[in-house]
Amino acid sequence: MMLADARTLCPQIQVAPADPAGDLALLERLALLAQRWGPWSALDPPDGLLVDVTAVAHLFGGEGALLADVRARMERQGFLSRQAIAPTAGAAWALAHYGPEQALLAPDDDMAARLSGLPVAALRLDGDIITVLRRLGLKQLGDLQGIGRDALQRRFRSHRSPGANPLVRMDQLLGRVPEPLLPVLPPEVPLVQRRLMEPIRHRALLDRVLEDLADDMARVLEGRGEGARRLELGLWRVDGEVIQRHLEMAAATRDAAHICRLFAARLDDVDAGFGIELLRLRASWSEPLALTQRDMEEAAERHGTSLAACIDRLSVRLGPDAVRRPVLKSGHIPERVQSWRHPSEPDPASQGELAFHDRPLKLLDKAEKIAVLYASPDGYPQRFRWRGQVHEVARVEGPERIAPEWWRERSTIRLRDYYRIEDGEGRRYWIYRHGLLGDGRGGMPDWYLQGLFG
Amino acid sequence: MFHRTHPSLAAALPDKLADSLVPALDPRRSGRWRPGEAAPLHSELFASGRDAGGAGLALSLALDALRHEQKDALAKAEDRRFVLWVQDREAMRRSGRPYRPGLPRSLQHRLIHVVADKPEDALFALEEGLRCRDLACVIGELAGNPRALSFTASRRLSLAAEQHGVPLFLIRLDAVHDLSSARMRWDVACAPSLPPRWNAQAPGVPRWHASLFRSRTHAPGEWILRDGGERLVADPAASRAATPDPVDLAGAVGARSLAAS
Repeated sequence: MMLADARTLCPQIQVAPADPAGDLALLERLALLAQRWGPWSALDPPDGLLVDVTAVAHLFGGEGALLADVRARMERQGFLSRQAIAPTAGAAWALAHYGPEQALLAPDDDMAARLSGLPVAALRLDGDIITVLRRLGLKQLGDLQGIGRDALQRRFRSHRSPGANPLVRMDQLLGRVPEPLLPVLPPEVPLVQRRLMEPIRHRALLDRVLEDLADDMARVLEGRGEGARRLELGLWRVDGEVIQRHLEMAAATRDAAHICRLFAARLDDVDAGFGIELLRLRASWSEPLALTQRDMEEAAERHGTSLAACIDRLSVRLGPDAVRRPVLKSGHIPERVQSWRHPSEPDPASQGELAFHDRPLKLLDKAEKIAVLYASPDGYPQRFRWRGQVHEVARVEGPERIAPEWWRERSTIRLRDYYRIEDGEGRRYWIYRHGLLGDGRGGMPDWYLQGLFG
Repeated sequence: MFHRTHPSLAAALPDKLADSLVPALDPRRSGRWRPGEAAPLHSELFASGRDAGGAGLALSLALDALRHEQKDALAKAEDRRFVLWVQDREAMRRSGRPYRPGLPRSLQHRLIHVVADKPEDALFALEEGLRCRDLACVIGELAGNPRALSFTASRRLSLAAEQHGVPLFLIRLDAVHDLSSARMRWDVACAPSLPPRWNAQAPGVPRWHASLFRSRTHAPGEWILRDGGERLVADPAASRAATPDPVDLAGAVGARSLAAS
């Protein structure tokens, strides 16, 4: 019916806009209130509450007294309510909505029989399912139990959700399958307080206590990873008077000194009377405030980073393979003698090096071919050309013959004769002849430059 | 090699006092560089990419600086700190990677090598290395004159090195002398090695022709340097100042050998 139609019919009608969100918020608060009757409660929107009263009723003088207490308190708050206690949430819901007033269902009662008179709507089913059931002629819960379980299963097998499957709802009602409920948890407000042995009357002492409170509050907030936006300070005086001071911050903070400074201006007009005996600081509005790590950078700026941190930073930016450490490997071929490992890995066990021969300070990744002019094919070169420049060989030491690793290579690999040479300008290189003339593994041997001496 | 002392004011004063109170008498202020002095925290060595002379001298200077540091600290314990060696790809292509069997024995087991694809990355790695308190020194090798290595970048490196006390030796392969805030800048070339004792035909102990062309604290000069095992040695024959050294001529520099070592 339109509002205009309703007004036509009844001009005195009271109109209030619907406020589902507000209703839900009210229900949440009621659910928290309802936790006075049990350890936890759950919402049952739009207008129901479920409270777990297992092993609680005796505190109120029995289940009947508990229901009476609920009803009286709700009435005092201005709510009309219907209550029921049953072994399962589904049964309690059904009794509260469609059963007698203040219905009680004890665990040893025959639940199926007690509930058989209730309409099928007591199963918390969706509207169209209820319509289907009514068209099938199933009006009461007893009717559902009368027909076979198989028939119901077949009829509703494609309906998975509990709200659309009467069989599941029936099982939940009778406690054959569990029904998880989502309890309401009260938001815990950070609160710190100090009870004082001696009531304080002086401002200096008050500031001191406030500092302690602010420190405590900062610690509590830090533990929750939050910062306070609004703080409420309550001062309980000896004569029962409560003085309250509020503080709102522009940004979430948990800086104790900052809080003290802000409160200091608000405490000037406090009348301590005969003394203040209790102070309580409450952060009624707090927001997430991540723990900061500012100090780490500062320390690194001042004292330098550790080696591990340095390697991490380098390998993150340059790639994991960019930061390496040379380690020795057993082998003959010079480029195989050294391998690269991550800096944190220890040196592998290796044989002591034989320091008979000088090794170059730097090794080219790939030995470069050089054109050589030599007096005799067996001897060392007189002159060679490398990267487009001619080097005159002034001094030479060699050859140092390094045979191929026969256990690893094919038999056609040629040996290497290494020469340590110095050219006329003093530049020192490590060159080798790849093979011998007439070794049957190729023609004229090639010359390569592999290393540079310092 | 001889040693001559000058009875003078600076000699009469304790070393510390002469260094701090009478700057004019401080031999480091305008005097000639001698091997074995405390190295500045940021040195630059210009060398050819066709040989490893720059790397060789940089290593010798680094070892010398480390020995000097240890002498200062009176630390008898073995230095276990790592040495960071940063190369960009181009430098590695031109002059190869460090080869562990050929490194100085005291550095073989404590070298960390960083390959940077670009000069920007190499500069980042150098700066991170300088900020690390667990490194003995940082050696960088950059080829050419990359745009990233501007005066500002070199100033950043100098400041980082001086803030954290980690020496930096930057080897510039095939580069021209651009602007830089390095405290000492050298031109390095290989020099004919010392003839070995037994085989005169063989190459001997490597020597480098080093010319200091810019320094805040020293007059420019040229030296033939070699690693003498315990310390850096300047061979006297070719070591001469590029310009006549007025302090040396005046002969008022205190207890200090006129012939370099």
